[in-house]
Amino acid sequence: MIRNSYFINIIRFVLLILVQVLVFNKLNFFGYINPMVYILFLFWYPIKEKRQLFLLLSFLLGFLIDLFSDTFAIHAAATVTIAYLRPTIMRFCFGVNYDFQNFKQTNTTRVQQITFLTLLIIIHHLVFYTLEIFSFENTLLILQKVLTVSLATLILCLLLSSLFSVKKE
Amino acid sequence: MRQIINFILRYKNFLLYLFLLIISLALTIQSHSYHRSKYFNSSNWLTGNIYETTSNITTYFSLGEENKKLVEENKRLRNLLFNQKKEDSIALDTTNITYRVIASQVIKNSYSLPRNYITIKKGSAHGIKPDMGVISANGILGIVENTSKNFATVQSLLNTKSRINAKIKNTNHYGSLVWDTKNYNIVQLADIERLVPIKIGDTIVTGASSSIFPENIPIGVIKNFDLNNSQSSYSIDIRLFNDMAAIKSIYVIENTKRKEIIELEAKTSNDPQ
Repeated sequence: MIRNSYFINIIRFVLLILVQVLVFNKLNFFGYINPMVYILFLFWYPIKEKRQLFLLLSFLLGFLIDLFSDTFAIHAAATVTIAYLRPTIMRFCFGVNYDFQNFKQTNTTRVQQITFLTLLIIIHHLVFYTLEIFSFENTLLILQKVLTVSLATLILCLLLSSLFSVKKE
Repeated sequence: MRQIINFILRYKNFLLYLFLLIISLALTIQSHSYHRSKYFNSSNWLTGNIYETTSNITTYFSLGEENKKLVEENKRLRNLLFNQKKEDSIALDTTNITYRVIASQVIKNSYSLPRNYITIKKGSAHGIKPDMGVISANGILGIVENTSKNFATVQSLLNTKSRINAKIKNTNHYGSLVWDTKNYNIVQLADIERLVPIKIGDTIVTGASSSIFPENIPIGVIKNFDLNNSQSSYSIDIRLFNDMAAIKSIYVIENTKRKEIIELEAKTSNDPQ
């Protein structure tokens, strides 16, 4: 069972990178909207795993995406940030009992899950576009990009997560 | 001592996060200076091969379109060739050749970021070196930034770091080409003085003071222009001839005399006045 979960996560890791890089990075909807679906890895990742490993994996995930899209380490910084903030966000969305033994993500309501995903996406995009544009003269541009791309990412993530719904874990 | 260890243990997650964040910020900021991001770009072995495989598959779907473009270009070049004045003997002395051209293909292209890079199929094993110019049949694309054995990354025109020397065709008024990140078909020409007569529709070509591109390679036409705030120079919008979203076959240009030019310039600027 444990080995099975590792296996699933490795497959997810590789597939999400490939899908992100080969499909979603080339969408350029309205010229600049490229949904970042690889955030789903952090959404799906088991709760009770070691946090250090999770942080390192998130960094690696972001960094590999960076290598493919020539964005230096912007994806890595944004992904590591949401990986670090994930427990806080979970406590906010699922209530204080989320780290109890018998807590499962599938027990939570749909609204809670969507809130969780939305917060992950918005924080990620905020960090990402702030670093990408890197000057606060363009605050409006940052906000515009964050809002539109977050919406696109959210829609696609919801579609993908309902396609590959998580039953175990 | 014990307290320090306790502190580290208690905040180990936060410290790890801080550590990883600092690494990524350092990589990001470092890359703003030229030629540092040598290993962390898409010309490396892993990403290059994955992009090449997918590009090999996807190019099949646009073969017809691509053929049409190449035939069109051949037609244009043949027209030039047939209408050229005949010379008695063609000099084929390779020591006189200034520019050498290497044909290649794009395997990855982006145009939605503020700093865009193109990855191409050939690398140092095929003679591609950093600072070579890259053009397509319609106009210029960018400058080679990094190479690996089989791949190279090109700093696109659509990159806030890019500053390419350009001029208005048939005049000697130079400016530099920059991009304001707003639209991927429109770039800006800076530093053209207000006394220069320009009008909408004028063609912009590469200038002679660059040791990377040959002179008179087409770039685009003036879309509109405006006197900027200081009222001493124009800000000019240029519509590119290239469709930056659909480029496939490209040419890398090597200036065989570039080394000599650079050495001479370095010597001149080092000379005491």
